[in-house]
Amino acid sequence: MFLKLKKLFYISFFLGICLSVQAGEWSGYIAGESRYFPESPLSANQYDDFNLSLSAQPEYRHEWDDGYQTFTFVPFVRLDQHDSERRHFDIRELTWLKAAEDWELRVGFRKLFWGVTESQHLVDIINQTDLVDHPDSEEKLGQPMINLALIRDWGTVDFFILPGFRERTFPGSEGRLLSGGIPIDIDQTRYESGAKEKHVDWAVRWEHSLGDWDIGLSHFSGTSREPRFLPGTDGAGRFVLIPFYEQVDQTGFDLQITKEDMLWKLEMISRKDQDGRFTALTGGLEYTFVGVFETDANVGVLAEYLFDDRHDNAATPFEDDFMLGMRLALNDVQSTDLLVGGIFDLDSSASFYFIEASRRLGENWKLSLEAYIYADMPRDDLAYGFRNEDFLQLELAWFF
Amino acid sequence: MKRRLFLALLLVGIMPVDLFAQTPEEKGLAIAMETDSRDAGFGNYIADMTMILMNRYGDKSIREVRMKILEVPGDGDKSMNIFDKPRDVKGTVVLTFSHGLKPDEQWIYLPALKRVKRISSGNKSGPFMGSEFAYEDIGSWEVKKYTYRYLRDDVLNGNDCFVVENTPAYKYSGYSRQTEWVDKTIHQPRQIVFYDRKGALLKTLTFNGYRQYLGQYWRADEMLMVNHQTGKSTRLLWKNYRFRTGLSSRDFTRNSMKRMR
Repeated sequence: MFLKLKKLFYISFFLGICLSVQAGEWSGYIAGESRYFPESPLSANQYDDFNLSLSAQPEYRHEWDDGYQTFTFVPFVRLDQHDSERRHFDIRELTWLKAAEDWELRVGFRKLFWGVTESQHLVDIINQTDLVDHPDSEEKLGQPMINLALIRDWGTVDFFILPGFRERTFPGSEGRLLSGGIPIDIDQTRYESGAKEKHVDWAVRWEHSLGDWDIGLSHFSGTSREPRFLPGTDGAGRFVLIPFYEQVDQTGFDLQITKEDMLWKLEMISRKDQDGRFTALTGGLEYTFVGVFETDANVGVLAEYLFDDRHDNAATPFEDDFMLGMRLALNDVQSTDLLVGGIFDLDSSASFYFIEASRRLGENWKLSLEAYIYADMPRDDLAYGFRNEDFLQLELAWFF
Repeated sequence: MKRRLFLALLLVGIMPVDLFAQTPEEKGLAIAMETDSRDAGFGNYIADMTMILMNRYGDKSIREVRMKILEVPGDGDKSMNIFDKPRDVKGTVVLTFSHGLKPDEQWIYLPALKRVKRISSGNKSGPFMGSEFAYEDIGSWEVKKYTYRYLRDDVLNGNDCFVVENTPAYKYSGYSRQTEWVDKTIHQPRQIVFYDRKGALLKTLTFNGYRQYLGQYWRADEMLMVNHQTGKSTRLLWKNYRFRTGLSSRDFTRNSMKRMR
């Protein structure tokens, strides 16, 4: 793991020097983040109270051939006060793109997104989650790929060959947001496939817009991005959890129907793993009230139902849950936004609340405030290990 | 045969020539159709836009957007807006397929999440990037989006103009009506005065520095929108107009949004 990181870092350092004399364009951000955990951790090894962190994500872009060929390089680095696993480096993107009249070829490390819903992203399977960076699963690691897109009148078909698997990142034993405070030992990671992380995955996706309908149909075959955890011990004889990545086949369907201010959303997956086949879905709506109370502000209401037919055996806490949220956009000069909501388990008292607010300061700064609360987690809930992990996060980013 | 004759008569009837007595509505529509036909056939163009937002205390904020426009014969234009400033939204792309009275189709690409989202196009009256321009002021102009009524002739800053009242025919407009000064020579707006839903004076938009491209198409270098109710204003500066750059409908797709910067 360490060696791989070192290699990534050297590649990036070398590229950085080469590119700084090239004719492209740099942009990106540097951000300072502070987290506060009001409750004590479950393990004595984990830090208490405050944590400071610094991250940077520069982006280099070079365009030629009238913009029909581009080279993009986006490294990411984070420094963290307490958690050594959160001090990490990644190549989010390192891509060459060639676009033609009716096809586009992309080769390299890349991030992409599939899907339409807000509460969880079932269909989105290509990129590994950078969970150590943020527990919301929205941060992703760059995935090596060869991607050919065929653009036709009947839609776009994307073919992917994915050589090389990226392991999910987890907080270290001294970090927070570690379920139950039990360390996850990534040095003992196991795979179903004999090729381990060198297994070559593939995927294909069709997407099309038909009037009000935006439809996507996808299939992925390869190493699951979502590990199972096996109990074990580390070198020092401590109890640890060992990630195990099995081979899966997942077919996904996503649909959004846009009827003026009402958006109807549906994502469904059928996944075949070692235990057989299961189905999961997220479905709901988003309605926007434009110009509320005679102001420029918009208020959006979100409601989604989350289901997994493995029920209590699901590897997710969202097996029969309901998400309710409200989005406020002031549409002011500073782009002030607020999202508040909760996800409620329909079978138990478990609930999860979130607040995400942001506002631009001046021309180049942005302040974000986030709060996550894990409330009334019963002992048998998968999120029980997070019962003391409520946190408040303040981030100030400078964009260049 | 009879039908042809009727059509021919109809066409003569809406020509901006006073051969026949026209109602103010007919004359207003004729002026709009003349503006439309003189601007037809441009094919496509690219332009860089800088917005300078100013509040009543004189504090400034800058936005930079690159625009690509594709003319779609028989329908509204396709457009792509690529944001460069403010920096925190750099790389955001908005793709719009505008349609006359049918709701527009609109997608936004969020570069941080790599996500293309279909968005509701019902937000006509909301401010574009916090500016004094509403989405409906920025969008593609189509004859059938309004009903028209010719009011009078006027001279505005030395330019002979028709003064026409436009009433939005599409849903969710923030305006009850607009009064537009259309230059008789170049057939482009010189000034538009906007009235809010209650009929009160809201904003004035003035167009300056018209230039002709390809010997036919007039575009203003500067537009100034002043909000009379809040004292705020937004100045739009246009640069690098390039017509017929070889853009096609393939450059206005969900896929192409992801490679724009």
